[in-house]
Amino acid sequence: MVLTQFLILGALLFSIGVYGLLSRRNAVTVLLAVELMLAAVNINLIAFEAFWNTAAAHGQIFAIFVITIAAAEVGIGLAIILMVFRNRASGNIDELDLMRW
Amino acid sequence: MVSAVASATLILAAGDGAAGDLSSGGFFAETAWIMLALPFVAFLAIIVVGKRMKGLGAELAIGAMGVNLLWASVLFVQNMAGGIYREVNLTIAEIGTLGITDKNLAFELGFVVDGLSIMMYWVVAFVGFLVFVYAHGYMKGDVRVPWFFASLSLFAGSMLVLVGAPNLIQLIIGWEGVGLASYLLIGHYWEQKENTDAAVKAFMTNKVADVGLILGTILLAPTLGSFRFSTLSVAADIHDGALEGVAVAGALLLFFGAMGKSAQFPLHVWLPDAMAGPTPVSALMHAATMVTAGIYLMARTFPLYQQMATAARPWMVTIAVITLFVLGFLALVADDLKRVLAYSTVSQLGYMMAAVAVGGYTAGLFHLFTHAFFKALLFLGAGSVIHAVHSNNMSDMGGLRKEMPVTFWTFVVGSLSLAGVIPLAGFWSKDEILATLGHEGYTAFMWVAILGAFVTAFYMTRAVVLTFFGTYKGQGHPHESPRVMTAPLVALAVPSVIAGLLNIPGVSWGPIRNFTDWVGARIVPMGDYHPKAIEWDLAAYGLIAALVGIAVGWRLFAPDADTQQARDRLQVPVLYPLLHRKYYLDDLYMKGVVNPIKGPLARAVDWVNGYVIDAIINGAGAGTAWLGGLVYGRLDQQGIDLLLNAAAGGTRGAGGKLRLLQSGKVQQYAGAFVGGALLLVVAFVLVT
Amino acid sequence: MAWFESAGLSLIVFLPAVGALALFAIPKAREDAQKWLALVTTGLTAVLAVAVAANFRYGASEKFQFEVSESWIPAIGARYHVGVDGISLPLLVLSAVVTVLAVIYSWDHWEEPRNVRGFLALMLLLATGMNGTFVALDLVLFFIFFELVLLPMYFMIGIWGDSAKRHIPVLGRTVTMRLYAAIKFFIFTLFGSAFMLLGFLALYFRSGDFLGHNTFDIPTLIALGSQNAFGSGTFAFLVFGAMFLGFAVKVPMWPFHTWLPDAHTAAPTVGSVLLAAILLKLGSYAFLRISIPILPDMAREWAPFIGLLAVIGIIYGSLACLAQTDIKRLIAFSSVGHMGFVMLGIATMTDVGFNASLIGMVAHGLITGLLFFLAGSMHHRYHTREIARLGGNQKLMPWMGGILAFTAMASLGLPGLAGFWGEFMSLLGAYRPLAGLSLSQFQTYMVIGAIGTVLTAGYMLWMLQRVNLGEPKAEWSDHEFHDVEPTEWLAWAPLIVAIVAIGVYPRIVLGATTDAVVNLARNAFGG
Repeated sequence: MVLTQFLILGALLFSIGVYGLLSRRNAVTVLLAVELMLAAVNINLIAFEAFWNTAAAHGQIFAIFVITIAAAEVGIGLAIILMVFRNRASGNIDELDLMRW
Repeated sequence: MVSAVASATLILAAGDGAAGDLSSGGFFAETAWIMLALPFVAFLAIIVVGKRMKGLGAELAIGAMGVNLLWASVLFVQNMAGGIYREVNLTIAEIGTLGITDKNLAFELGFVVDGLSIMMYWVVAFVGFLVFVYAHGYMKGDVRVPWFFASLSLFAGSMLVLVGAPNLIQLIIGWEGVGLASYLLIGHYWEQKENTDAAVKAFMTNKVADVGLILGTILLAPTLGSFRFSTLSVAADIHDGALEGVAVAGALLLFFGAMGKSAQFPLHVWLPDAMAGPTPVSALMHAATMVTAGIYLMARTFPLYQQMATAARPWMVTIAVITLFVLGFLALVADDLKRVLAYSTVSQLGYMMAAVAVGGYTAGLFHLFTHAFFKALLFLGAGSVIHAVHSNNMSDMGGLRKEMPVTFWTFVVGSLSLAGVIPLAGFWSKDEILATLGHEGYTAFMWVAILGAFVTAFYMTRAVVLTFFGTYKGQGHPHESPRVMTAPLVALAVPSVIAGLLNIPGVSWGPIRNFTDWVGARIVPMGDYHPKAIEWDLAAYGLIAALVGIAVGWRLFAPDADTQQARDRLQVPVLYPLLHRKYYLDDLYMKGVVNPIKGPLARAVDWVNGYVIDAIINGAGAGTAWLGGLVYGRLDQQGIDLLLNAAAGGTRGAGGKLRLLQSGKVQQYAGAFVGGALLLVVAFVLVT
Repeated sequence: MAWFESAGLSLIVFLPAVGALALFAIPKAREDAQKWLALVTTGLTAVLAVAVAANFRYGASEKFQFEVSESWIPAIGARYHVGVDGISLPLLVLSAVVTVLAVIYSWDHWEEPRNVRGFLALMLLLATGMNGTFVALDLVLFFIFFELVLLPMYFMIGIWGDSAKRHIPVLGRTVTMRLYAAIKFFIFTLFGSAFMLLGFLALYFRSGDFLGHNTFDIPTLIALGSQNAFGSGTFAFLVFGAMFLGFAVKVPMWPFHTWLPDAHTAAPTVGSVLLAAILLKLGSYAFLRISIPILPDMAREWAPFIGLLAVIGIIYGSLACLAQTDIKRLIAFSSVGHMGFVMLGIATMTDVGFNASLIGMVAHGLITGLLFFLAGSMHHRYHTREIARLGGNQKLMPWMGGILAFTAMASLGLPGLAGFWGEFMSLLGAYRPLAGLSLSQFQTYMVIGAIGTVLTAGYMLWMLQRVNLGEPKAEWSDHEFHDVEPTEWLAWAPLIVAIVAIGVYPRIVLGATTDAVVNLARNAFGG
């Protein structure tokens, strides 16, 4: 089994996620990018787990945690976006700069 | 309690000497503690329910005393037939070793039933019972009858605790208990300041003397390893070497304690003032029983004085003789009938003390015994008169012999007995004291005592004449007191007449043993002197002194007893002011001791407290506050604070610039975040 | 009952603190609920304390019982170590019981500004401090409890105290009594405590020389002390001196006493009671618990000096009493005299003397506590404490007067009441002090102390005469006075009973203490 391939896949996925996070204006897309980053992390976790082949299966457990949290995060995130959209009729996060000096 | 008593140590005299013949007594001796406890029960009961009772609690007090009288009488009769000795000690606390013994010193309570205590139980119960009955009549309509009888019961209980004490600790408890009762009863009418002054004076004078009692106890107890009288007696009897060093000092300290209670010169000053209390109180406490506590203490610790501390004798007998002679004169000028009797009591206590001091154990106690009857009788008689004329002063009396025959005749009997006229009780007991003084080699003092007998007869004659002869000078129409008051007078007159027959040297009455034998029933033999036969020459001197005193008194006062001149007859220059001012002792105490302490000294200490010690504290506080001002104003505000303010200003300025970084745009933050993470990654790679 | 063996003391200590917190769960307006909570808490504490006394093995009273020793601050070796022996048991029970009585008394006696919840919470916190001091067997723990009592008392005096103005000589300022007294009390005591803490630390660091590790553990230090580990050099001298300052201020010994009259006079009634009954005992207890067993050689060296201050205190306090015009201040000064007897007992360094000080402490706690209750109740009714304006109290309020007279008699050391034993045994100890101490010196102290008893009687009787006896002053003629009320009876009756009971049967106290002090004297001084 070749670990490197999985890591490269993870790194690519993560980089795409980072790109999406920084460049997109649409809040929903930003959320999608975040999900991509989390997926990348999950791939890494599973890969290491498989590679070290530990009995405790830490990697898998962490991955499940991450998925759970990601689900929760999307739920809350979408809810917030929905509320923001209702209030301001816009999903553009550039315009959400109320919390500044 | 009973089982505790049973399990308590029971000490019986070991088999040598007179003590060997003693029995442990029967049921009544075994349960004698009931006598000690009963009056306290009455005390509490009267406080709780006295107000609601028909006799306002008097019946409880009288009942308790009646039971006690029966109890004591049984013991008294038993002891007449054969000596009893029983001692019970219950430990109430072990207090440590003082590092000198292996065994803990122990505080104990209990009771002792022996010749001495039985005699005292009986006197206290007998006189007490009669006085209680009398008081029931005398105090009718008083403002605080229940409290009066409660206090009387408290006194009776404390007195029995005192005389029943098998150790010094219990004696001290009883001792101060009677002192407390005395304070309460002297101040019975506490609305008037004179009365409370007298009460405080009595308490304080006794407190001064108590220092002697307490220090004496402290001196003796560690040496003996015990507070028990029996230990002390036995140790003295066998001349325990350990006792040698402290015997004289301890003996003198105990004597000092006795001087207060038994009103010896110069601590007698409280007793005349104590007459502020109701008359039954004066009769019971300040004549018959409480004031004899000092004599009793001397008798209880007698082996110490007889065997070990003989060096203390000259001091003691000197004090006693000064008391009996010098203070007797004060009775000559008093107008207050009760004060006459009070000074007489002081003087008679001097006789008793003189006897005990020189080794006349029996003589002193015998006088205590007879004196209790006739002096209580005289006081109750005086009370009867006062009850009738509503005044204490003889200048408001006179001519009362017709209106108050019972009072008059019993009073005369008491006076004759006190004066020492044969064959009344006082004659025999005084004679025995004279004989003892003579036998022990104090001849000069013996003559002084005989002269004292003259003075006694003289002032009593004056009192009788001014009260009962001449014409009445007071307000209203006096009449004889009710039966409840005269009956005790008669009951006391009987022993005042016949008690002397109980101890005539060389005479005995069949199975009834002599007084000498009763009171000699102790753990060790007392070894004091008893005249074997009547010393007729001495008796004659004493009798002559008494008769001359009566004759002179009669001659001086009787012919014109109803005039003012009779009363002023003794107002000779120099002597009268001296006696009237009571030898200036009161002035000395008040102006020389009490007032300086209460006034200047106390204020000085208070001043020192406020202006010196507290000033230092406040000064330290103020100084620290000043220093604080300095530190704050100069160092802090203009020094350290400058730095601090500079730091604060810098921070503020930087904040103003840096806040611009916060744009509120999430993606800028995220970018910075990613950049930072990349930097960290690069740094990580570079480092590793 | 294993749980009781191990948790009993901790409950006694912390139950009141828990109660204090719980008080704040009750709305401020619901005063009755607050009172009941305080009563239940302190009552339970007292029951536990009595249960400890009941289960105490009196045959082994020199040993620490109900002991708990848990790791607490391992970094400095401080442990949570508590336990009672015969020396601390009577004081623990006294503290727990008097606190309940204080709560009962406060039921309907409130000083302005009322704030029932706050006052009760402070009282409960105080109880934790007091109880804790008596059971602490670790110097750090002891110090914390010892200092803990300052805080509630400071607020009690400062907030509920006497708001009269008083001119302070030398300071040249007129101050509000309660503020002045509270600050004086706090600073003065803290001043002493600072030195005390230094002493504790010195012991801690020196103990390592003998054990290999440093310890704050009192029993361990006592064991070292009984071998005279700390010696009699400069080190021991300074340590003893430092702790002496801390304890002497708290007792208070002359001349460190001046906070006492002010604090007592200014404090609210319950504050005065707790101050007199318990707080004053912390110092003298600490001498017996810490100074003497740990530094016996120094104790012997300092004894004549302690004795001297004690007898000065006796005479000085009595004389100062004679000059007082304020009844509460008079009682406060009487404490100086009585604590003088307690300290004289300690100064003799004999078992009898230690016993004297312990029974003296208990008796003083009961008697002076009751006297302050009475003074407070009289102030409540007359709205004055001026002795000159009182008089005829016995007539206006017969029961109140009677109890006052009874308590005054107990205070002046009437045999048969609790106050006598302490005085008597102190003098007895002074007659035969520890071997090596100057006999003539201590016997002089004995005589001076005995004279002090006369002065004590003098001021007490004079006070009684002026307050209780005589005719009431005209200004009270149209006043209606309530004699002793039910809550007052409830609070006072146990004290009266205890005073009589201990007076007649001192074994109630001495039964616990004697073996302990005999052992203490033997371990400390040999023989």
